[in-house]
Amino acid sequence: MTAPPSGQTTAPVVHLRDVTIDFPGVKALDNVELRLVPGEIHALMGENGAGKSTLIKALTGVYDIDAGSITVDGVEQRFTGPRQAQEAGISTVYQEVNLCPNLTVAENILLGREPRRFGRIDFRAMNRRAAELLGELDLTIDPASTLGSHPIALQQLVAIARATAVSARVLILDEPTSSLDADEVAELFRVMRRLRDAGTAILFVSHFLDQVYAISDRMTVLRNGRRVGEYPTAELDRVALIAAMLGHEVEVLDEIADTVAASSTAQAQIVLGAHDIGRAPAVTPMDVDIHRGEVVGLAGLLGSGRTELARLLFGADRPTSGQLTVDGEPAALRSPRAAIAHGIAFSSEDRKGEGIIGDLTIRDNLVLALQARRGFARPLARRVTDELVDRYMEALDIRPRDPWLPVKNLSGGNQQKVLLARWLITEPRLFILDEPTRGIDVGAKAQIQKLVAGLAADGMGVLFISAELDEVARISDRILVLRDGRQVAEVGSDCSVADLTTLIAGEGAA
Amino acid sequence: MTQTTTPKLPPILSTGLLGAATRRARGRYLSPLASLVLFVVMFAVVVTRFDFASPAQVFLNLLVDNAYLIVLAVGMTFVLLTGGIDLSVGSVVALSTVIVATTLRAGWPTPLALALVLVAGPLLGLLMGLVIEYFDVQPFIVTLAGMFLARGLCYVISVDTLPIDDPVMRAVGLNYVYLYEDKFIRWTVVIALVVVVIAMYTLHQTRFGRTVYAVGGNRQSAQLMGLNASRARVGVYAISGFCAALGGLLLAMQKLSGYSLNGIGLELDAIAAAVIGGVLLSGGIGFVLGSVVGVLVLGTIQTFVTAANLDSYWTRIMTGVLLLVFVLVQRIVVRKPG
Amino acid sequence: MIKKLTASPLLWPALALVALLVVNVVLTPSFLSIRVQDGHLFGSLIDILRNGAPTMLVALGMTLVIASRGIDLSVGAVVAVSGALACAHVAAAADPASVGTVLTAMAIALGVAVALGLWNGTLVSVFGVQPIIATLVLMTAGRGIALLITDGQIVTTASAPFKVLGAGYAAGLPVAILVSLSVFALVGLLVRRTALGMLLESVGINPEASRLAGVRHRSIVFAVYVFSALCAGIAGLMIASNISAADANNAGLWIEMDAILAVVIGGTSLLGGRFSLTGTILGALIIQTLTTTVYTAGITPETTLVFKALVVIAVCLLQAPKFRALLTRRRSRTRPGSGPSGSEKAAQPSEPSGGVSATAMATK
Repeated sequence: MTAPPSGQTTAPVVHLRDVTIDFPGVKALDNVELRLVPGEIHALMGENGAGKSTLIKALTGVYDIDAGSITVDGVEQRFTGPRQAQEAGISTVYQEVNLCPNLTVAENILLGREPRRFGRIDFRAMNRRAAELLGELDLTIDPASTLGSHPIALQQLVAIARATAVSARVLILDEPTSSLDADEVAELFRVMRRLRDAGTAILFVSHFLDQVYAISDRMTVLRNGRRVGEYPTAELDRVALIAAMLGHEVEVLDEIADTVAASSTAQAQIVLGAHDIGRAPAVTPMDVDIHRGEVVGLAGLLGSGRTELARLLFGADRPTSGQLTVDGEPAALRSPRAAIAHGIAFSSEDRKGEGIIGDLTIRDNLVLALQARRGFARPLARRVTDELVDRYMEALDIRPRDPWLPVKNLSGGNQQKVLLARWLITEPRLFILDEPTRGIDVGAKAQIQKLVAGLAADGMGVLFISAELDEVARISDRILVLRDGRQVAEVGSDCSVADLTTLIAGEGAA
Repeated sequence: MTQTTTPKLPPILSTGLLGAATRRARGRYLSPLASLVLFVVMFAVVVTRFDFASPAQVFLNLLVDNAYLIVLAVGMTFVLLTGGIDLSVGSVVALSTVIVATTLRAGWPTPLALALVLVAGPLLGLLMGLVIEYFDVQPFIVTLAGMFLARGLCYVISVDTLPIDDPVMRAVGLNYVYLYEDKFIRWTVVIALVVVVIAMYTLHQTRFGRTVYAVGGNRQSAQLMGLNASRARVGVYAISGFCAALGGLLLAMQKLSGYSLNGIGLELDAIAAAVIGGVLLSGGIGFVLGSVVGVLVLGTIQTFVTAANLDSYWTRIMTGVLLLVFVLVQRIVVRKPG
Repeated sequence: MIKKLTASPLLWPALALVALLVVNVVLTPSFLSIRVQDGHLFGSLIDILRNGAPTMLVALGMTLVIASRGIDLSVGAVVAVSGALACAHVAAAADPASVGTVLTAMAIALGVAVALGLWNGTLVSVFGVQPIIATLVLMTAGRGIALLITDGQIVTTASAPFKVLGAGYAAGLPVAILVSLSVFALVGLLVRRTALGMLLESVGINPEASRLAGVRHRSIVFAVYVFSALCAGIAGLMIASNISAADANNAGLWIEMDAILAVVIGGTSLLGGRFSLTGTILGALIIQTLTTTVYTAGITPETTLVFKALVVIAVCLLQAPKFRALLTRRRSRTRPGSGPSGSEKAAQPSEPSGGVSATAMATK
């Protein structure tokens, strides 16, 4: 559902010409051109490290540009800070919703622009105006409620409302859908279309190819700091897009489908069995069985209970009902430690918050789980650690290859690989993976999917959770569909993405 | 078709009275209200336990005896709201008393002596704020150094008790301000209350005040929203310095002397008062009035200990216990939004 | 090799210490001399070591607490309580001069110290109270309790065995410094030879991720608060033993601040994570040497605090990357506080707003 290609004749409201930004040792942006046209949704595409983030920071005044020009409405601008960019009409909504959770919705929307009366802030007028702005986007959120009491999806919409309060001519959305489920994404897109139709120029950055194709009118592709091209969306198919982003065709994805099809799913032993496992109110009691060598996929929207179920199976949360068995024996997994002792591993969806230990080296991060299991009194010998570290960094292609680097300096994809390696070193029987490919580039995504398929082929049980249904469909032997905390279906690996979507949406959905 | 996006809260928090309280902005008032209730209960207990001639006067005496601490707590609230801390205020109080006593004794005209103090305090605060904001050094350490510096300067100037007999100071410190019947306060209380009102206006009505709250909620967001987060973070230390200087003057008027050992540990009293009043040490949440109530709570403890003729160290023990009770209650009942 | 030395975070504290010593030598040529008398070593250096022993000890405990992203403000109160309990027991005992009495007194004092450490650990780890407030409670109430034990008086003791810890000598050196250095050595071995150091750092850097990786988060937090209280307890015994009295009002006054300073000067960040015990020892020595320097320079003792303030600020500024960048005139990419600087790959610092973040134990 894209608007007819426009922009060839309309003058761009924002035009970046030959923009270059140098960092010590690397050219983050090299003579990049970008045109944002009013009444159009423009997608910015590229792998991690391609320069998308840097480009946005240049547009929002966070970074200085070293060469080239930024013009708004034909007038060249020199932004010295976020405020100048906003005054020029450019508003940004970041992935980490940059608002203040301790203030009310209205206060967040109008912060810095509060209506005043007799020198005092007129709170009533402020609440009214906020309700108006929210209403223009067809949102009914109580303006006097604390922002932090609402889920992230809503906070993001409030951030957009704030952008419109500034009368933004240009709205930049940086990875806005990473934490949203399908309903919330649809809501976001509705708001975006409304703004576009009213004449705003929207710059949309996302890793989700489906969404980009669904919403954008035009795309600019960056690779290694350079612009590869600008294309109307309707004229660029996925293969060509990926080729432009990566510079080569991605054949690995096909290989994976072959691997999965080839491996047999003969009835093997049950590694982890859960009977009537549940946790009120997020997870209704259900049965889950994972066999050796099997990849079980969990499909469902955010809020369907996928992560909550995974955490129950790992002992990260206490169940309010049900029993677990490991290898046939009853096991009360009261804490992650207990689960780990039984050979279960869990890679959290919140890589930064619940995964990597940023200031520690790659080396320390890799052996953390193994060391924790051994206890502090039995440290790993240096030689053993060296050997393990080398082996796993090689096997998972973790870059850069220096184990003494702090993990926080790595790209998202490599951080994810470090996390996976940490668990693989413990040689688990069952590996629970929650969104392992979220927010990482296509190349690394393919590597991880291939890895998972290989693990199962070697006999490990895998529980695989992902919002990308084609991934789930490609990798899993069996798929459990969750909705609203309840298991609604179980399908085999031959299920199509379309069927899955229908199951997830439930009866009566469009 | 329009679609209402409903927030997904667990049922217990999204329904009923508790639901309403935690979702709306009024949820923020829960903590200071609890402090107020606590104060009223404590005060009632103390007044009924001991036969005071006039409970109303006892209350007014709370204000009179703690006027300087009220001003201090107000300044500390600003700093705490941004997520910082100011350990220097006790020493700045002492420094103020010593400077004013010394200059008056050296024959300076009163307005000049007062002005010097009221400039020195914020100046030190400003310096500390600049180091904290622009060099990224932890506020705990910087204000600790500030504490040493101020206290050290005190000792350098004088280690003796210096009496003050300036007429203006005496008038403000000793004169009665009659409210009704024979109930009185002193001018120091009036000054303190004026400071409270100005602080409330600043925090809730000015851009600077809103920035302070925003910075406490999420510093990066505030910056990205176009607010001047740096100015707020530096400014609060200057404000705290000013309040400390003013508090010192009020103390000097009360005791009519300057002494370099004044105010040892006062910063911790100010912090305790703020915490009891519902100000979160992580920033972004709290009200000036809450801190004032906290001061009154501390004052009530002192009143109780004096009236019951207990050793003075009981004040510390009871303050500690109360702080503990309050913190635990806060943990269990009031959760930070989000 | 030189490059590695200059890159070491211990460089600035070490230089500061050397500078202070040089100043001392210039002022008092005999500063470095050590003489032997009655089989004991005497001299300014020895004095520094002996006087600084309690602070050093408390600072060691504080280092581990800070590394866990916490802080312990109650150590001063624990010092006072510990001394009060010991002296009260010895003074009230039938035979104050017997070794048995003294050992019992110490056992009681240290036992209570450990209990107080458990108390702090419970508040922080089980109830999730922010460390700064949790320990503020004990800091406020604890000194009152110490005064309660001594009934507001200064309790003196006349017991020879009791004096050994604080004022005695063994193998020529003051016992106090031997005790502190032994604890330093023991803890150093414990954290670096076992995995405890790494696990503690991981807890301090990211508590939730550590928990999910199977690290015994709760045990580690309990352990560091108990250890900190234990160190404070021993320091309290040292101080009481040194003056053969328990002064509940003044014992360990402000020692928590000195300890925190020592830790920070030594290069450990208040935000938790990576820590350095050696740095802490250096920091404690700097603080003690500073006091001595002021004294030997003939400056009035009143100005000690001013000098202390200046040295603290100087060392902290030198450790701050932004200040060093200012000195070497390196341009930074972004404006102050407007976001992450450097390459795109650098993770977003989830900069907790400055202040008591050491202590803002994430209530997530």
